[in-house]
Amino acid sequence: MAPKVVLVTGCSRFLGGHLAARFAANPDIDRVLGVDTEPPSRDLLRRMGRAEFVRADIRNPLIAKVIATAHVDTVVHASVTANPAGPTGRTAMKEMNVIGTMQLLAACQKSPHVRKLVVKSTSAVYGSSSRDPAVFTEEMGPKDLPSSGYAKDAVEVEGYVRGFARRRPDVAVTALRFTNFIGPRIDTVLTRYFALPVVPTIMGYDARVQLLHSEDALAVLERATLHDLPGVFNVGGDGVLLLSQAIRRAGKLPLPVPSAAVPTVGRLFRSARLVDFSPDQMRFLNWGRVVDTGLLKREFGFTPRWTTQQAFDDYVSGRAMRPLIDPDLVASVERGVLGAAARFR
Amino acid sequence: MAGARVIPLHAPELGRPKPEVVAEPAEAGPAPSEQAPADWEQRLADLLAFARRRLRGDYEVDEFGFDPDLTDHLLMPPLKPLYEKWFRVETIGMHNVPAEGGALLVANHSGTLPLDATMTAYAVRADHPARRHLRMLGADLVFKTPVLGALARKSGQTLACNPDAERLLRSGQLVGVWPEGFKGIGKPFKDRYKLQRFGRGGFVSAALNTGVPIIPCSIVGAEEIYPMIGDLKALARLFGFPYFPVTPFFPLLGPLGAIPLPSKWYIEFGEPIRTDVYDEHAADDPMLVFNLTDQVRETIQQTLYRLLTQRRNVFLG
Repeated sequence: MAPKVVLVTGCSRFLGGHLAARFAANPDIDRVLGVDTEPPSRDLLRRMGRAEFVRADIRNPLIAKVIATAHVDTVVHASVTANPAGPTGRTAMKEMNVIGTMQLLAACQKSPHVRKLVVKSTSAVYGSSSRDPAVFTEEMGPKDLPSSGYAKDAVEVEGYVRGFARRRPDVAVTALRFTNFIGPRIDTVLTRYFALPVVPTIMGYDARVQLLHSEDALAVLERATLHDLPGVFNVGGDGVLLLSQAIRRAGKLPLPVPSAAVPTVGRLFRSARLVDFSPDQMRFLNWGRVVDTGLLKREFGFTPRWTTQQAFDDYVSGRAMRPLIDPDLVASVERGVLGAAARFR
Repeated sequence: MAGARVIPLHAPELGRPKPEVVAEPAEAGPAPSEQAPADWEQRLADLLAFARRRLRGDYEVDEFGFDPDLTDHLLMPPLKPLYEKWFRVETIGMHNVPAEGGALLVANHSGTLPLDATMTAYAVRADHPARRHLRMLGADLVFKTPVLGALARKSGQTLACNPDAERLLRSGQLVGVWPEGFKGIGKPFKDRYKLQRFGRGGFVSAALNTGVPIIPCSIVGAEEIYPMIGDLKALARLFGFPYFPVTPFFPLLGPLGAIPLPSKWYIEFGEPIRTDVYDEHAADDPMLVFNLTDQVRETIQQTLYRLLTQRRNVFLG
């Protein structure tokens, strides 16, 4: 069933905003509502076109009124985020993620018009440890439950979503477990991390990183909204980059930090407002995480256009990052040495 | 001077099947000028290309973190002298290892340090006509340890758990498993060549679920490289090791004690045991799993005894 009235949460952020813009450009959809606590940037607002912006806090019961009066039939919950908005950061983020989801789901349950719910979740729900299998499939759980931060929020959010699906079996619920986003336009903890001139890594470890291009993420969310595809799906690009490899591809210098000093260095980077890593994201940098996307390709019917490597390269070229060591110089040195060697022959 | 730069990091003759170790005269000197690109020049070019790829991050790793470029060019070559000159490894029945498709290689574990695993991996890479990579399943302690864990993943190992094993086997990889684990590798010298318990038979259910053959592999010679005559349990607990070995030379001689004794090795790959003859729920039948586990274990044990009776001397073979 094609949606008529779509509500998108988190529309001031990249994913929510661009998603609302895509729906606004779709003539089959009658009305698009974008909800967020702060207005989108001017550029984003312009892109969103005919989509209506509702300045509302999803933690407030007022959201129920918005959903009921506008006869919203499809809710896209894209506001669960890993990026603390400002210095007040973590607590506000948790509130927004968990309490916001509870309120939103309560509102959806009340409204008889709601037919579909799409939730942007994360593969962080699998946790990250040395005792995990190399590749996570949808039915696997975390070895040790994430004890704090975004991962814990996501686990709780998914729990509420499952509860909602039980109570409203008539609503098609799609939960999408995304790997980390990357791309020239999106701004996440990871894009800021790779943009650092010297990239701190954890000494002696090399995480396997799976990425998803932000455009693919938008396409997946759009497909989940326009079609009835209930279920839980892992979403990630094909292939894997090692953290050290990614840093080299970005032309940056790694700075290995002994694991004992990692919390200190993490605090340092946070107070310098460079990158704000939560403990579970540190664990990700330590062990990495790869998910199986077989279900996404077979049942959801979507194959990401960018592989992990291509997505990362697009990010590197899109941000106009200059490699520290010029590739041309490397090539010319190689040619020079071989030329000199040929003369010895 | 140019000759000094061609230290063979990259060994092109890695794949040539060699029945006997023949000491080739090392011709490191510059080749006559009428020859087109000399051998050392090719090596230099390979080395530079490798360095460039590493510098730019221009290589592929699979979802398990396996980095074939690094494995073949940096991790495997140092094993060559150990394999050919030090342990003089002789392989028997290499034709039992299939050239393609998934297969599960099950071997006995010994030697205090897992050199038997690295030598087996080198054997199927260098001596098998298809030059296969052996994807080994390791204990979680390996992956928890810094440096070692990262290196293990890059060399194609992954955690010994059924999801990983079955994923590798389904994608047609040759998987190696040492089901005795620490019980086998850390057993005292007096128990040499006595197989320990074979875990809970998880490897059999992985093979049954994927229908790949099990290849029993018997390794003789690894037991004598570090004869473990004692185990300092207190130190082991302190460091979090499963055991802390005492050999005749370690810790007595310090780092010198870490040099393995040059025993003569035999690696025999036995007849494959088919698992695709059972129905698809065979892995749920514990009796069948136990029986197959025992069959594999017995095959390896009998082969070990046979190889040992044929061996006249630990060091000369």
